[in-house]
Amino acid sequence: MTTTNAPARPLRVIVAKAGLDGHDRGAKVIARALRDAGMEVIYTGLFQTPEQIVQTAIQEDADGIGLSILSGAHMTLFPLVVEQLKAQGADDVVFFGGGTIPQEDAAELKRLGVREIFTPGAPLSEIITFVERECGKRRELVG
Amino acid sequence: MIDRASGLGPDVSPEYRELVERWEAKADRTPPRTGKGSGAVDRTISDVPLKTVYGPADVAHLDLARDLGVPGEYPYTRGIHPTMYRSRLWTMRQFAGFGNAKQTNERYHFLLSQGQMGLSVAFDMPTLMGYDSDSPKSLGEVGKCGVAIDSIRDMETLFDGIDLGGITTSMTINGPAAIALAQYIVTAENKGTPRAKLGGTLQADILKEYIAQKEWIFPPRPHVRVIVDMMEFCAREMPKWNTISVSGYHIREAGSTAAQELAFTLADGFAYVEAAKARGMDVDEFAPRLSYFFNSHIDFFEEIAKFRAARRIYARHMRDKYGAKDPRSWQLRFHTQTAGCSATAQQPENNIVRVAFEAMAAALGGTQSLHTNSMDEVLALPSEKSVEIALRTQQVLAYETNVTNVVDPLGGAYFVEALTDEMERQVEEYFAHIAEFGGMVEAVEAGYPQREIADASYRYQRSIESGDRVIVGVNAFERPDEQQASDLLKIGAEIERGQARAVQDVRANRDGGAVEASLAALKRACAGDANVMPYLIDCVKAVATEGEIVDAMVSVYGRYTETTQF
Repeated sequence: MTTTNAPARPLRVIVAKAGLDGHDRGAKVIARALRDAGMEVIYTGLFQTPEQIVQTAIQEDADGIGLSILSGAHMTLFPLVVEQLKAQGADDVVFFGGGTIPQEDAAELKRLGVREIFTPGAPLSEIITFVERECGKRRELVG
Repeated sequence: MIDRASGLGPDVSPEYRELVERWEAKADRTPPRTGKGSGAVDRTISDVPLKTVYGPADVAHLDLARDLGVPGEYPYTRGIHPTMYRSRLWTMRQFAGFGNAKQTNERYHFLLSQGQMGLSVAFDMPTLMGYDSDSPKSLGEVGKCGVAIDSIRDMETLFDGIDLGGITTSMTINGPAAIALAQYIVTAENKGTPRAKLGGTLQADILKEYIAQKEWIFPPRPHVRVIVDMMEFCAREMPKWNTISVSGYHIREAGSTAAQELAFTLADGFAYVEAAKARGMDVDEFAPRLSYFFNSHIDFFEEIAKFRAARRIYARHMRDKYGAKDPRSWQLRFHTQTAGCSATAQQPENNIVRVAFEAMAAALGGTQSLHTNSMDEVLALPSEKSVEIALRTQQVLAYETNVTNVVDPLGGAYFVEALTDEMERQVEEYFAHIAEFGGMVEAVEAGYPQREIADASYRYQRSIESGDRVIVGVNAFERPDEQQASDLLKIGAEIERGQARAVQDVRANRDGGAVEASLAALKRACAGDANVMPYLIDCVKAVATEGEIVDAMVSVYGRYTETTQF
C-alpha cells in the first residue's frame, strides 16, 4: 500500500493568444513543453478575446492560464483578462504570461494581479516549475 | 551518372591521399571538446550534420558549368549580376513604422537624411488584419507594431514631402496588400507621379501567412485569386513594381530550419507562378517582377549556403519546369533581414554583434537589399539611436570590410559548396513531400509545413534547454544583476484614441453615396471574374477605409479560421 499526494488528475492549463497577434511560436513551444511535463494543455489558437479565454478556462476547469503577447498590446489585454477572471469569480486560476514585455511593464502587470511574466530567454524548466508549483497549490485549495 | 566535363573537385594525387589518411588517424585520436555548447559541434543550427573538415571528395560530384557557372549567368549560384557589388551595392532598407502616419513620416525623413536608399513600411496589426483603428478588434494594438493606416488620408501623410517617383518603397503587408497598393497608387497620382513610374515591392505573400505569420483575412483560394489579379494588373500597368515578395523570413522566425525556410518559400513562389499560368499569363510576363525575402540567421556558413542554393534551385525550376525563357525570370532576387529570433532580451548590446555577423552572411550570400535589426527590437520598437547603429553596421560592412570587392568570395570553398549542395538536396526532398499533397496550397490546407516548423522549433528550444547549444547571455555567461534599459520607445494609448477619432472624422467628411457605390461595385467584381484592382482604386479614391473595403470583400470570400495544432 502506498499513499500519494499526487493529484487524481493532471494539472490542466490553458495556453492562449489574444488580440491580433499571430506570433505563436512561443505559445506552441510552451504548450508542448507543459504537455511533455505531464499536464493537460488546451491551446486556444489565435485571436481570442479576454472573455473567450476566461470562458475557456472556466469550462475546462483549468488550473492556470498562460497568455502570450508579442504585439505590444500587453498593457491592454493582460489587465482585461485579470478583470474578467475577477468578474467571473475565477481569480483562483493561476494567470501568467509571456512575450516581448519590458521589465517595467512586467512589474506593473504583476502589481495588477498577473502572477508571473516570462520574457524571451526564460528557460522552459523555470516555466514548468512555476506552473507545477502554483497550479499545484491552486489544486490543493480547490480540490 | 552525370557526364562530368569539368568537375569542381580535382583528381587528387597519391601524396594528397596519404596526407588525408594521416589527418583522419589524428582526428580519430583527438577527443572532442566538452563543456558549454559542445553538444552541437557536429551539426548546423538546423541539425544538418557537419564533418570536421571538407575536401575535394565532398565536391567531386559538382560540375562547374552546370552547378556553379559564373556570376550573372544561369544557374546564378554565384550571384545574379556579373560584377555584383562592384557595380551596385545592396539597397540598405530599414523597415520602419510606428504610431501614426505623421510620426512614421518623420522617421522616414530621418532615415533618408542618414543615407538610407529606400523606404520600407511596417504597418500595425489592425492594418495588417484589415481592421480600422476604431474597431473593437483593434483594442490595444493601434500603432504598436507599425504604423496605423486606415484610409488614403493616412497614406498621404505617410509619404508627405517624399518624391515617390525618386525612391522605391517596400510595403510589408499581405492580406490587404491589394488595398495598400491601391492607396499607394492614388497617393502618388495625387502628387503627380503616374503609376507606371512607381518602383517598389509589395509583400503580398499570403501562403506564408497560413504557414507562419498568421496575418490572413480570407481563405487561401480567394486570397491567391486577388494576388493573381494584382500580378496581372502590375504586368499591364506598373512595369517597375515588384508584385510579390515571397517570404521565408517569417517561416524561419516561426522556428523552421534553413532548408525548410528555403523549401516552403520557393514552393510558395512556385504556387503563385502556377496560379498565374493557370490564369493564362505567360511566365515571362510576370516572373521578372517576383522577388524573395529571406532570413539571415546566426549559423554563418549555413546561411551563405542557403542563399546560394536558393538561386540555383529557383533558376532550375523556372527554366526547366515552368518554361521561362527570359533570363530575368530565372534570377532569384532577394531581400534579407537579420534574424529577430536570434536576438536576445538579455544583454541587448550583444545583438549588435549578432546582426553584424548575420549581415555579413547576407552580403557573402549575394543579397539585393538588407535590413539590419536594431539591438532593442526584442524588447520594443527600436529607438532612433539603435536604428542608426543598425544602419551604420551595414555601412561599415559595405564600405570598410572589403567583402564587397570580390563576387561570391566563398565560391569553390569545399565546405560551402558541399553545404550548398546539401541544402538543394533537402529542399528537393521537401518538394517531393509537397507534391504528394497535390501542391503547396493543398499542403498548407493540410497543415503540413505548419507541423514541420512547429516540430523544428521545439527541437531547437530543447537543444538550448539541454545546453547543447549556447546563447550568450541566456543560457551561458549570464549577468544576474542585469538591469533593462528604460529608454524604450513606447506607443501610448493616446495614439490609439487619436487614430480612432481621425478615422471617424474621415468617415463623417466624405461623400457617403460614392463610398457605398464603390464598395458595391467591388463586391460584384469579387463575386465575378473581373480583376479587382481597378475597383479597389475606385474605393480608395472615394475615401473608403481599409476596414470597409475588407468587410466588403469578406462578405463575398469569408474569413479564414485556422485548425489549431501544436
